[in-house]
Amino acid sequence: MSSDALSGLQAATDIARPSHYGTLPLDDWIQWSVKDWLVPALRPFFRALQWPIAQLLDGLQSLLLAIPFVVLLVLAVFAAWRAAGRGVAVFTFISLLLLDWIGLWKETMITLAMIVTAVVFCIVVGIPAGIAAARSDRTAAVIRPILDVMQTIPSFVYLVPIVMLFGVGMVPAVIATIIFALPPLVRLTNLGIRQVQGELVEAGRAFGSTPRQILWEIQLPLALRTIMTGVNQTLMLALSMAVIGALIGAGGLGLTVYTGLGRLDVGYAGIGGLGIVLMAIILDRVTQALGDGHKGASTSGGKEG
Amino acid sequence: MQDTPKAASSNTGAQAKRIAVRGVSKVFGANGEAAIGLARQGMSKNDILAKTGAVVAVNDISFSVDAGEIFVVMGLSGSGKSTLVRCLNRLQEPSAGTIEIDGEDIVAAPEERLRALRLEKITMVFQHFALLPHRTVAENVEYGLKMRGLGKAERNAKALKALDSVGLGGWADRYPANLSGGMQQRVGLARALALDPEILLMDEPFSALDPLIRRDMQGELLELQRRYRTTIIFITHDLNEALTLGDHVAVMKDGRFAQVGRPADIVLQPADDYVAAFTRDIDRGRVLPVRSAIRQVASAEALRVLLADGAATIEGARPLHEVFGLVAANRPVVVVDAAGQPEGMVTAADITNVLAGGSQSEGV
Repeated sequence: MSSDALSGLQAATDIARPSHYGTLPLDDWIQWSVKDWLVPALRPFFRALQWPIAQLLDGLQSLLLAIPFVVLLVLAVFAAWRAAGRGVAVFTFISLLLLDWIGLWKETMITLAMIVTAVVFCIVVGIPAGIAAARSDRTAAVIRPILDVMQTIPSFVYLVPIVMLFGVGMVPAVIATIIFALPPLVRLTNLGIRQVQGELVEAGRAFGSTPRQILWEIQLPLALRTIMTGVNQTLMLALSMAVIGALIGAGGLGLTVYTGLGRLDVGYAGIGGLGIVLMAIILDRVTQALGDGHKGASTSGGKEG
Repeated sequence: MQDTPKAASSNTGAQAKRIAVRGVSKVFGANGEAAIGLARQGMSKNDILAKTGAVVAVNDISFSVDAGEIFVVMGLSGSGKSTLVRCLNRLQEPSAGTIEIDGEDIVAAPEERLRALRLEKITMVFQHFALLPHRTVAENVEYGLKMRGLGKAERNAKALKALDSVGLGGWADRYPANLSGGMQQRVGLARALALDPEILLMDEPFSALDPLIRRDMQGELLELQRRYRTTIIFITHDLNEALTLGDHVAVMKDGRFAQVGRPADIVLQPADDYVAAFTRDIDRGRVLPVRSAIRQVASAEALRVLLADGAATIEGARPLHEVFGLVAANRPVVVVDAAGQPEGMVTAADITNVLAGGSQSEGV
């Protein structure tokens, strides 16, 4: 009985639903505006954008693949030791040996080149954007919703227009990675600068500094730890995009996982995943230690060995 | 404590004023113009806030400061004193009024000129020191010199000299975090002194220090000021500090000066109940000059007799507490001027009378 009554009620109130009168073709509009207008109109701009990314990516990748394994191993372990201490150095040594042993050295280097390229462009765009946001509330108010969208929109949604604009391959994957990984760096740069004690900025002004001098002498050095946290977060997010990048033609460890998924080969996917995790741990520890090292310098305390 | 009498700095305008502030107001928030208008009509700060939503921090203030004097602005938190001092080097833009420094209107000065003034003439010491934690003590002191464009070696030499003058010569390579609060504020002072400023703005510089250190620092400041003859605008919420340091003291309330005058004027003739309430707990022995205790008219002849009789003498400008050890029952002390000429005498009863907040004096 009650179900009859309910469906009667539904029929009676359906006239209040917009879908009673038809469907809004928003999907068509988006399709049309992106495919027929945005893509053709902005293609030259995006092509120009593509160039520097392709240069850096290719250069890095050929460099990393050209350096003999043993040399890179020594360099990486040394860098980890200097930046983060003995523990991380040992971990790096074992991890890199293992990655080579399971046959994923080349994939690791390709992924590393991709990640580093994405992070470099995130830094080039993100830190100035964060500085701009910190210096003007109005700019911050414009940037914040853009970052919100970048962080919440599923990456699959922007993969489509990216493929339309750039085709498939490594460069579009790097671009998708940049979009995904950029927001925390902008936010933390902004936060770091705004957190600098007001009296210090006032002192800078009282001693005749220009806004630029205040930025370089006072704000950036004191915000450095927070900015380094942002770089670290961006790096981690970029790594987490490795597999999604493989969907639009990126190679490397992400492709290993993706191929394993396609073949239902859990072992192959597993070693790809292991490679990403090991890389993430090494990069995380080293970049975090770099950020903390600056704090150590500021209090004149000794750095940990 | 000030044994050298300052060049007559009564506001006669006979000599050049280092700083002349006329009708300066500072309003925070929208409707600034309306708020200033209402303030000029005498409406209270709270009523203006309720009516316009604007906060009148500094309300139509005028004063002038002579070269080489210490001008103290005393007020409680929220009285507008920190905003006022920031108007003097335009860390805050005044909403109305003019500020002349050596005859130059700095309110109208363009950004470039303002920076030059801050580098060459006016500098500042902050309440919480405002030292850069990532720089050594010497690098902090060098900051203003670096902004002036000096080379590394020259900066360093000047910084070390400034550090020596505040007694921190051996601390140049340490970081501020390794120093106590008092030492950090000495670094703040050295950073300002390294620029050889003509005008020093001090925003509650000793408020964050504990009382013993504060007293030491006050003494050292007077010592430094005697040496360098810097004009100092000193902000404090402590009336004792104001009266100890100031050649002139302004008591500030709700963005206005309740009273401006010499320390003895503030104590002996408070302008209103607000000022009087502050002066009740101050240490009169330290603030008032011996001269203010002179009550009895004594002829030159009588004074000569006293002196011939071996009476103790004291200079009239010394603080009253210094006479305590000299005065004995029934044996007056002769008060002399800076040149040693007798100008009157004080007895134990006179001193007690002044310390107890007794009758008014005109002989200050």
